[in-house]
Amino acid sequence: MKARHKRFGLIAVGLILLVIATVLITKSFKSNLVFFFTPTQVEKGEAPKSGSFRIGGLVENGSLKRLPDGLHVQFKVTDTAKTMLVEYKGILPDLFKEGKGVVAEGKLNAIGVFEADQVLAKHDENYMPPEAAAALKAAKDAKAKEDTK
Amino acid sequence: MKNLDTKTSINWLKYASPKTFYPLAGKLIPWCVIGAVGLIVYGLYIGLFVAPTDFQQGEGYRIIFVHVPAAWFSMFLYLLMAMYAGLGLVLNARLSYMMATAIAPTGAMFTLVALVTGSLWGKPMWGAWWVWDARLTSELILLFLYIGYFSLQAAIDDKNRADKASAVLALVGAINVPIIYFSVKWWNTLHQGASVSLMKAPAMATVMLKGMLVMAIGFWLYSIAVILIRVRCEILERDSKAAMFNLGL
Repeated sequence: MKARHKRFGLIAVGLILLVIATVLITKSFKSNLVFFFTPTQVEKGEAPKSGSFRIGGLVENGSLKRLPDGLHVQFKVTDTAKTMLVEYKGILPDLFKEGKGVVAEGKLNAIGVFEADQVLAKHDENYMPPEAAAALKAAKDAKAKEDTK
Repeated sequence: MKNLDTKTSINWLKYASPKTFYPLAGKLIPWCVIGAVGLIVYGLYIGLFVAPTDFQQGEGYRIIFVHVPAAWFSMFLYLLMAMYAGLGLVLNARLSYMMATAIAPTGAMFTLVALVTGSLWGKPMWGAWWVWDARLTSELILLFLYIGYFSLQAAIDDKNRADKASAVLALVGAINVPIIYFSVKWWNTLHQGASVSLMKAPAMATVMLKGMLVMAIGFWLYSIAVILIRVRCEILERDSKAAMFNLGL
């Protein structure tokens, strides 16, 4: 065995051990590395009980409304299984829309409403011209109509 | 038979020697520069004038034509650097170490570009300049790894030891690259998933994709040009140092 084969073997073994270590570490940190919790996870009690955390999901269609004081907005965040009521005072980001992704940071109050200090819009990975999006939506609506018939 | 073997292997490894690599690199550089300038101008033209607006992000999405290729090359160049560093450790080849040294600043630059353009994009789209989600944090760690790599190299006076120590750092840090790439899949992140991947059909309009790929090839040629220029400097610098040492200066 030449010296360079030995060195190669040493490096290969080292790297394999490193990969195994990293996999184990990231696996055990899995719950600490999430940026947000879904409403289902909150329901199950996986989110921190006290202090602030983030929830994420879709803004439920038709749930966005401005409260009578004119400053607070209220909307529901859903992961299609569970929903949560969120209250927020401030300016919503441009991409904030009903039916689109959202991440809100804040804490649960006594009556189970999530009081957000910050609302972030989470957009998806699809990029297309507006005409294509309109065509897709039209096709989807047509199909939905067909299905209900 | 044996004679033939050595002959082919000598031909193959001819350019592994700095002496023969130096003029070859010199010949390649102008072509790469011309290609890089042409493709980046063409890519920006597609990105800024030809590509349509996006259905949800409007004009703001156009930052992807710089952001995504820069992020790709921040990761790809790191892997390339780690590969050369590993090759240097195994073969004790000087040129491999020099290549790794030459790649690091360009990789760090692309990482910084990806972070800064992403931040400029994040404010209007997400509503925050920076968030500590897994994708952004691991990309920031990548920048620190690059900086650590060339700081470590600069901190050790003995070139031989500096090469070896920084090569180990580069190899260990390589584990971060798959973490960056898969972070959006493994964890809940604010950053969206990959629009373009080898596993599935791209989730974007063809013109947009074309602009991004043209930019990526342009960045690739730019990287080759800059890295070759830097490795030529490195060869001259190290050889002049060795020459001075031999002369007792």
